[in-house]
Amino acid sequence: MAAAPAAAIFAYRWAMKILVIEDDREAADYLRKALAEAGHNAHVAFDGEAGFSLAADGDYDVLVVDRMLPRRDGLSVIAELRARGVTTPVLILSALGEVDDRVTGLRAGGDDYLTKPYAFSELLARIEVLDRRTGAREVETVYRVGDLELDRLSHTVRRAGREIPLQPREFRLLEYLMRHAGQVVTRTMLLENVWDYHFDPQTNVIDVHVSRLRSKIEKGFGPPVLHTVRGAGYMLKAG
Amino acid sequence: MRLPAVMKTTAARLSALFLVLFALCAAVLVAYMSSLSVRMLTQQTQDTIMAEMQGLDSAYRRGGLPMLVRVVEVRSRQPGANLYLIADPNGRILSGNVESLEPGVLEIQGWTERPFAYRRYGESEAARRALRGEGEDAAAAPQESNRHRALALVLRLPNQMILLVGRDLGEPEQFRDIVNRALVLAFGMMGVGAFLIWFLVGRRALKRIDAVSQASSRIMGGDLTGRLPVTGSGDEFDRLSENLNVMLSRIARLNDGLKQVSDNIAHDLKTPLTRLRNRAEAALAGKPKTAEYRAALEATIAESDQLIRTFNAILMISRLEAGYSAEQTAPVDLAAIVADVVELYEPAAEEVGVGLRAGAVAAATINANRELVGQALSNVVDNAIKYSAGSGGAPSVTVSLARKPEGLVLEVADNGPGIAPEDIERATERFVRLERSRSQPGSGLGLSLARAVMEFHGGRLELSPQNPGLSVRMIFPGDSRRHDEA
Repeated sequence: MAAAPAAAIFAYRWAMKILVIEDDREAADYLRKALAEAGHNAHVAFDGEAGFSLAADGDYDVLVVDRMLPRRDGLSVIAELRARGVTTPVLILSALGEVDDRVTGLRAGGDDYLTKPYAFSELLARIEVLDRRTGAREVETVYRVGDLELDRLSHTVRRAGREIPLQPREFRLLEYLMRHAGQVVTRTMLLENVWDYHFDPQTNVIDVHVSRLRSKIEKGFGPPVLHTVRGAGYMLKAG
Repeated sequence: MRLPAVMKTTAARLSALFLVLFALCAAVLVAYMSSLSVRMLTQQTQDTIMAEMQGLDSAYRRGGLPMLVRVVEVRSRQPGANLYLIADPNGRILSGNVESLEPGVLEIQGWTERPFAYRRYGESEAARRALRGEGEDAAAAPQESNRHRALALVLRLPNQMILLVGRDLGEPEQFRDIVNRALVLAFGMMGVGAFLIWFLVGRRALKRIDAVSQASSRIMGGDLTGRLPVTGSGDEFDRLSENLNVMLSRIARLNDGLKQVSDNIAHDLKTPLTRLRNRAEAALAGKPKTAEYRAALEATIAESDQLIRTFNAILMISRLEAGYSAEQTAPVDLAAIVADVVELYEPAAEEVGVGLRAGAVAAATINANRELVGQALSNVVDNAIKYSAGSGGAPSVTVSLARKPEGLVLEVADNGPGIAPEDIERATERFVRLERSRSQPGSGLGLSLARAVMEFHGGRLELSPQNPGLSVRMIFPGDSRRHDEA
């Protein structure tokens, strides 16, 4: 799908070690190749037991787990891993997409949930956001990208030292983008994390919010920082 | 143990159950009555004995022991006499009409606590031996002939002599026999009764049930238009059949819905799939440049995304209509959802020249699923923006929330061209995209999904033409008021 442009334009900062537990061999193989093209190192397990034993030592950066697996279902694999103290972030893949399925998935110990069929760019963006090496930003109180600065305590945004007044929602939007600076953030990720709704916004509602924000933080300033990644989403990046 | 075939019918089992129940009740009743009667007769016996004793007592006072003995001798000889006995302090019988007694009776002072066996003068020698041999067990073998049982009052006279006055228990025992015979007769009649019940009630009921099960096997055979027989008597079987018929109608309706969905899927998914395929084919034909490949692939992705959306919407509607579990709901602030959705769509609306704003919004917290209500409202708002955009004048969409008699009404009103009254009904049907909107993006399922969400919440979706424009009202049931203060 639209993987190639996203990966080619913005190569991720480091290679992640990813385990994909998926019984559909063709889909698993496609994922392995596409993740490799995006610069990551992906292993594949075709059933729940094999996946569990590979993941049990906690050596992976991210696990991608299908919900319905032969020999052992995905949720029980995740629950067992969590019970054993394995904290590797988990992205659940599922053909079931209703709200309750999402809730049970996250309750079992998953960190994010993606419904099949999905765009690879969406999967990649979510995997990269899950990578725990980026988690350090959570505790920072001031995010900086180039000359753009967001203070989470005083709720102020400055660029080149000049304060930019933002609406509360615009602030949260920018905050999320800056927390994941250098990573692709998709429209559904924005709707989920900034608005806390999990449905598919049929039209371009998110794009309009982003372009409003963009004009506020770019008009009259230096080079663009808020980039559109074709077929995938957005990325905040200096230069 | 295998039951005989006849016992396998419910009617026979019911009859047997009734029989056992009746028998138990009858037995309890009879036992109670007979014990009551025996008590009454015993009381009578005791009264008689008491009277005798008083007579003897006055004889003794008048003439001492000789007088007492004389009176006892006289009374003993009368026909049908009571039992009289005078014994010395060691229990040797001196006078009276009792030849022998169960041992120990004479040691009692006052009333004998239970009937005892005794023998009168002039009864056979054989029986006498039997009595001596097993006197202790006499009470345990009451069927033995020539043995009588009696109740007696035993007194010590001032000179340590023992006086016993008793009465034979022949009468109460006879009565008990009568009762037992009556009991056997009653059981016999109940057996006949149970058979009649089985025959009259059971077999008729069985026939009705057979008719119902035959009708249902016909229906299971695929004839979904068939219905169970209703006799019109309004009894339990009729009610059962009526309920099952209602259920069948609902199944038939769902079935029709399903059929319609598959037709619609065939139509609305096949068309874009064909387009998808044709585009890929066209891209392969000839010798296009990289840019053209790219354009074709991007269009393919856009088209498949749209397909996925449509597909998701179909799945979601079906799941909502199948009745999602109620655990999915929690108290949510409807006003907050209105604010969220208006805020989410406002920039996009402005972009196409539509003024989206929140009108009067009442505070209301109801039990609902926030995600679903949010999605339904955004579908309706999205729809309103699309319809009113470019309609000339100052297109506007207003979202308001008000408490009305019919419930909590969430209204999205636009001043666009509206929908022709004849199309209103069809607008929320699946896949119906009124001609004008065919050119618009979207699955055509937005309003159907909103309607399914409203029905899931026990509410409804109403479309009504305005002048100008269209008003879409999402009505939550009135009883949601009780959550207001939650």
